[in-house]
Amino acid sequence: MSEQTSWRLAAASLLSGTVFGGGLALAQITAPRKVLDFLDVSGAWDPSLLFVLGAAVLFSGANFHWILRRAAPLLDTRFHLPLGTRIDSPLLAGSALFGVGWGLAGYCPGPAIASLGFGNPEALWLLPAMVLGMALQRVQSRRRTSVSNTPCDA
Amino acid sequence: MSHFTPVSALFGGLLIGLAASLLLWLNGRIAGVSGVVGGLLARHAGEWPWRLLFLLGLVLGALGYSLFNPNPNPTPARATFPVPLLLLAGLLTGYGTSLANGCTSGHGVCGLARLSWRSLAATATFLIVAMATTYLVRHVLGITT
Repeated sequence: MSEQTSWRLAAASLLSGTVFGGGLALAQITAPRKVLDFLDVSGAWDPSLLFVLGAAVLFSGANFHWILRRAAPLLDTRFHLPLGTRIDSPLLAGSALFGVGWGLAGYCPGPAIASLGFGNPEALWLLPAMVLGMALQRVQSRRRTSVSNTPCDA
Repeated sequence: MSHFTPVSALFGGLLIGLAASLLLWLNGRIAGVSGVVGGLLARHAGEWPWRLLFLLGLVLGALGYSLFNPNPNPTPARATFPVPLLLLAGLLTGYGTSLANGCTSGHGVCGLARLSWRSLAATATFLIVAMATTYLVRHVLGITT
């Protein structure tokens, strides 16, 4: 990858990340109580997050449809898509563990990072622990396979 | 208790969808936050600038929103949420999303948008488990901060 390409990719990422962070803040997913009020279906249920997820999936789904018909993205030579299609036990166990974490405190990774923009003190505890958890899993899987396989991004 | 906010939820969701579309259209990458962070731990040469700037963007976007909105966080921060629970939640979230190769954004938004069955299974799993966990925390353990 040339230096110029790398710089362009980085600029586009900053744009995408900023729009993403603004969306998370507007949708109030950065407020853990709002998230827990959505997850707490037996309480005074707040369905707002269903609207967030619904709008995000439908809009990106409509866009992805035409984007992925292109031969390549605008700034790179190819698409970098996750190759896995199997519904296996790591997928389900990992998702279940994440579900416990999400339901405990009300943070998923994106909003936890974005909430640093509000100076959220809770994120200062949660985020280092999250990175540690990721590093642990990586070390473990490296030991198990010894072949360095690059996990995909989704 | 928070209130139902369908309009800001819809527009927030549209922005998230727009952001994911931009990253795929321009860079050919999936806007999965746990994957973006996890990739930084792998240190692929040349891959860290876009990852770091995407994450910086997340923070700047929320910051920008709070600057333009007089009441950015109508659900105020919790004063007394137990720190050990935050640490445990962080560990589980990091470990789990790394094992499952994705979180709410990678599987929940981008994966569903790509009509991936794998992502649908992941999303259904973490949603159901999160709902059960919140029930346990709030109504069985009685922690409601």
